[in-house]
Amino acid sequence: MKNKGLIITLSVIGVIVLIGIILVAWGVGAYNNLVTLNETVNQSWSQVENQYQRRADLIPNLVNTVKGYADFEKGVLTDVTEARARVSQFNITPEVLNDPQAFQRFQQLQGELSGALSRLLVTVENYPTLKANENFLQLQAQLEGTENRISVERRNFNQTVQAYNTTIKRFPTSIFAGVFGFGEKQYFTSTPGSETPPKVEF
Amino acid sequence: MKFLFLIIISSTILRAQPEVPLLKQWATDYTNTLNRAELESLNYRLKTFEDSTSNQLVFLMIPTLDAYPIEYFSHEVAEKNKIGTKEYDNGALLFVAKNDRKLRIEVGYGLEGALPDALANSIIRNVIVPYFKRDDFYAGITAGVDAIISAIAGEYKADRDVSDNGKSSFVSTLMMIIFAIVIFLFRGRRGRRGGIFFGGLGGGGGFSSGGFGGGFSGGGGSFGGGGSSGGW
Repeated sequence: MKNKGLIITLSVIGVIVLIGIILVAWGVGAYNNLVTLNETVNQSWSQVENQYQRRADLIPNLVNTVKGYADFEKGVLTDVTEARARVSQFNITPEVLNDPQAFQRFQQLQGELSGALSRLLVTVENYPTLKANENFLQLQAQLEGTENRISVERRNFNQTVQAYNTTIKRFPTSIFAGVFGFGEKQYFTSTPGSETPPKVEF
Repeated sequence: MKFLFLIIISSTILRAQPEVPLLKQWATDYTNTLNRAELESLNYRLKTFEDSTSNQLVFLMIPTLDAYPIEYFSHEVAEKNKIGTKEYDNGALLFVAKNDRKLRIEVGYGLEGALPDALANSIIRNVIVPYFKRDDFYAGITAGVDAIISAIAGEYKADRDVSDNGKSSFVSTLMMIIFAIVIFLFRGRRGRRGGIFFGGLGGGGGFSSGGFGGGFSGGGGSFGGGGSSGGW
């Protein structure tokens, strides 16, 4: 009788241990998968950041080239310089991705810079000699190329975030994600009007 | 969730676009602007350039983008066809939308150093567009291709060894001979039915490569939006 009880107890313990092992193995797999996805998001975020940085680096050159034209509207230039200053003051950390407000702010600042830059390019249309200046044309080509790279990297970033967010919200991984602090990440949204240059009236 | 919907909706709207072709040749013209000999010689030029440097430079001309952004379309063509090697991302695409009067040079990650945006832009403005304005498309394209080639030629070397090349061209020569015999036999029996063999091989506009060694296939290169666009 005693023996039988012992066997039952042991097998119950055995089953529990087995289930435990399976759970842990599954958990480790899910966790590692989350880590990988998280790293992919971080990596594509750094690509986005690189391209924004590249744009910011082009601006002083552009401003200097345009400044040389005596009667060039100072207001447009000041807008660009100030918008750039605000962007570079903004401290970007990977935590920005988990913080909707900070992410919103980052997008807004970059959007303002995009707006100021496209106003600058529209204004240049009124300065035929500047428009034909080889140095300016090269800077403009670099700027356009950078804007295009930004949009490519933003699309890539949104895709990786989508894969990540889908995984952390799916049951049963969602339980784990909460426990280990994998929060939802933010997407880039296209702000209306930022894609097309605004019309400037004189 | 709302963002996600916005993205999905906006991307489905943007997908109202000309179909992204899967390229089978280095030079493809869906507008029939270039004649057969011109297309063939351009194709041969690009093919030999790849053989000697491993850089993949591809030319594509389509009639119209239907107001779809050229930057998006050209990037999609480059990515779908995986132009350039996986190792170096050394691909480039010269893309023309003839009726829209727009063109773009799309540059792979690995060639952005040799062909920066400003240079790509200058090739478009100073080399290609002057010919296009006179409707001399072939001259504009070849001059553009030459300029791109001279910019990127020194960047990478083909690391395939010669013996391997020799072997593959021997095999493909053999294949061509067998093909020719089969087609000859078919033609003899059923008239023009043999044409089906070449139907699958040809690139845009029913063009098929005259040389040995088959058509273009991408090596797995990727693109980050480098390059420049222009119009005429």
